[in-house]
Amino acid sequence: MEQLIQQIASGLASGAIYALVALALVMIFTATDHLNFAQGEMAMFSTYICWQLIQWGFPFWPALGFTILFSFLLGVAIERVILRPLHNASVLSIVVVFIGLLAIFHSLAGGIWSHTIKNFPSPFPTVTFAGSGYIGSHQIGMIVVSLLMLFALFAFFRFTPLGLAMRAAAQNPVSARLVGVKVDWMLALGWGLAAAVGAVAGAMVAPVVYLEPNMMASILLYGFAGALVGGISNPAGAVFGGFMVGVLENLVAYFGNLTEKTFGIYIVGNGEKLTVALIIVITILTLKPAGLFGRTTVKRV
Amino acid sequence: MTAITSTVPAAADGARNLTRTLLVGFLVLAAALPFLVGKSGFISNFTFLQLSLMIVYAIAVLGLNLLTGFNGQISLGHGAFFAVGAYTAAILIEQFGVNYWLTLPAAAILCFVIGYLFGLPALRLEGHYLALATFGLAIAVPQMLKYKHLEPLTNGVMGINLLKPDAPFGLPLSGDQWMYLVVLIVAVGMFWMARNLLNSRPGRAMVAIRDHTLAAGTMGIDTSRYKATVFGISALYVGIAGALHAIIFEFVSPDSFRFELSIAILVGAVVGGVASLPGAVIGGVFVQFIEKYADAMTKKLTQAIHLPLELQPWTLYGITLIVLIYVMPGGIAGGLAALWARLRRPPQGG
Amino acid sequence: MAPLLEISGLKAYYGATEALHGLSFTLAQGGITTLLGANGAGKTTTLRAISGLVRREGSIVFDGRPIERMATEDITRLGVAHVPEGRGTFVGLSVEENLKIASYGRRDKSGVKRDLDLVFTYFPRLKERIAQQAGTLSGGEQQMLAISRALMLGPRLMLLDEPSFGLAPLIVQEIFHIMRRINEEAGVSMLLVEQNAALALNLAENAYVLETGTVVMSGPSAELKNDEGIRKSYLGY
Repeated sequence: MEQLIQQIASGLASGAIYALVALALVMIFTATDHLNFAQGEMAMFSTYICWQLIQWGFPFWPALGFTILFSFLLGVAIERVILRPLHNASVLSIVVVFIGLLAIFHSLAGGIWSHTIKNFPSPFPTVTFAGSGYIGSHQIGMIVVSLLMLFALFAFFRFTPLGLAMRAAAQNPVSARLVGVKVDWMLALGWGLAAAVGAVAGAMVAPVVYLEPNMMASILLYGFAGALVGGISNPAGAVFGGFMVGVLENLVAYFGNLTEKTFGIYIVGNGEKLTVALIIVITILTLKPAGLFGRTTVKRV
Repeated sequence: MTAITSTVPAAADGARNLTRTLLVGFLVLAAALPFLVGKSGFISNFTFLQLSLMIVYAIAVLGLNLLTGFNGQISLGHGAFFAVGAYTAAILIEQFGVNYWLTLPAAAILCFVIGYLFGLPALRLEGHYLALATFGLAIAVPQMLKYKHLEPLTNGVMGINLLKPDAPFGLPLSGDQWMYLVVLIVAVGMFWMARNLLNSRPGRAMVAIRDHTLAAGTMGIDTSRYKATVFGISALYVGIAGALHAIIFEFVSPDSFRFELSIAILVGAVVGGVASLPGAVIGGVFVQFIEKYADAMTKKLTQAIHLPLELQPWTLYGITLIVLIYVMPGGIAGGLAALWARLRRPPQGG
Repeated sequence: MAPLLEISGLKAYYGATEALHGLSFTLAQGGITTLLGANGAGKTTTLRAISGLVRREGSIVFDGRPIERMATEDITRLGVAHVPEGRGTFVGLSVEENLKIASYGRRDKSGVKRDLDLVFTYFPRLKERIAQQAGTLSGGEQQMLAISRALMLGPRLMLLDEPSFGLAPLIVQEIFHIMRRINEEAGVSMLLVEQNAALALNLAENAYVLETGTVVMSGPSAELKNDEGIRKSYLGY
């Protein structure tokens, strides 16, 4: 039982990261109808920037602050320079460009910082508290930071003029232009914000999974799974989906262990987590393409 | 996208015959190559291996072309089928002592079935969603290959070592030369079948689905069955390529089939031109060329422009992809066709 | 007085297809002008060309400034408010947000407040539904919202595309009544595209008749109403 609680707690912690990644994906998707396959590698690259700054002697939080700013500008630049000219391109072209970006960031990170695995410091002090047996302090920190981030984004979109303009631009670009919203820039801002959110996710998860160019590949897949579970067009749903996938993933491993111990039959374990994520993705895409909380959109012909 | 069936004007008929003659001549020469060279060492066994790999990748790229270029479905996960084909061949040969020729149909059937079954749910998906599902497949496959219950077959992370077959009938050829010949023959067969498929009624239906899914549906084409079948056929092609790869490379392991492989196949398809059969050949050459020389090339480039960091092959991949989408969305084959059309057009045309 | 809007030789394109073939007309300050024409005559395209939603060529001068090269957002901020075909509601935003978003570009905060009050006096129903998601409004209410949104831009010219489309006659009457009030009380000039020619000619002082992308007839509404050709083709008696 204790183990179960432990698994759920750490599931919530990784779920927080998936929620952030899912949110970043949803942000770009609602604005452009594209799934950004390079999201994970962009986050990984940002995390390296943060690591480098820490190596140069910056304290963690200022380093992260700078990284967020850098990632934001990088996201804006990518949208303006690379994706803008492809506004009317086919889905294949866009997907190919995303894969191109993925490859570039992946190899740049490897080229600059090498492929060896690096330790990434946790900014949270190790403290003992009532529930320490169940959850580590970094995991608590991950959850808290992610939730703060989510609330900040929620407040931004809900209560600021710019947030409203971005939502309007995503919902109905033509109408948005007709009320004076610079839709092009809203898309670029969306990319910037998504990249910034990704940077936070990367810096939070890096102490757990360690820093290396491949660190975000599976996290991105979980993020996708989370976004799809919740509904790719629904930010709140995506966040919920992210947490759900995190918990589910750990439960799978837990019950896998349990069956192995009790019945001596190995079915699933840590090694099959990704496969489980894949099955979740495909099942949801097949049975409920709009996700659990998504609205079905009618496609015009 | 290029049209595959077009009415050929009479003047072009001669050109087409010429192309055919040239093609046949080239193939005969290519097939004669190992015999001409023999054991002289004029062309090394290693070079034959490289050529074989190029052809193998061309088959794989062709498989993706059929799906993406001619049927409009995007896959980021064809490395998975390559892996299934490779493992099928490796396991049958190593564990069950099956003749290597027989592993090809086995890999083909297995991949077709898996592809079809994967395509069934996936066919409800379009564009980005299908890309996502296949992206997941590509990431998950290396893990699946390490699955505990499959270990007796797959040998887990260690992978499987095989031995290349010798040339039969006492032919004066080395193993690499013989396999080059085998690969070439298989490839010619696969391309020929692809061409016939595309020129057939079902082939035209495939393209109709790509261009106007709904309209094709209203014209009485069973789009979902077609899409799943094309997915299966595409997987079949890639599976055969994988099986051949296992045999000539003499080794399979989960890490040979990581996400990078899926990307390599996609890059090959895009570089060659997704809706073109010759494009698949260009793509195959490109994939193998990059695999072999990109390292050296990027190192040279790094030195030449005094970059403070070490460039890596993937950077070139990425840049190539993005630049091609801008300047030559039809790939090299598409670009050449456009150039040819412009050259032949009378000067006043417009 | 110089005209508010002066259009000459206007061409518009959808892809490679030319939809307007050199349209010319002028719009007086303060008045209501209507464009009549059959389906596909280019009425909607004309409005879209003015706000820069389609590729266009030719000259469009608004209040003495050429706007044919400007982006939609900038044209909007100059004071051209386009109420698009199909109402263009932000269905996922609340009614309040739908109105707010239009006023963000404005500097005159007192003007924004005044216009908001104006909107609520014209359409008290919107005030009742202020917190409701705009997508849940009825068609008539969405049309009111669209006009209100345009009003919140503080415009000098409103481009109205089929405001009566799909609405019950009583609602249409109400909306057209308010449109006249907006024109008279807020001094907003209007360019109206309307399928219902009788309705349009009653509201507008001037009318232009379009056929396949060119102006074929123009004049004061009162005259056109009595023109036999117009009566037969557009008024149906």
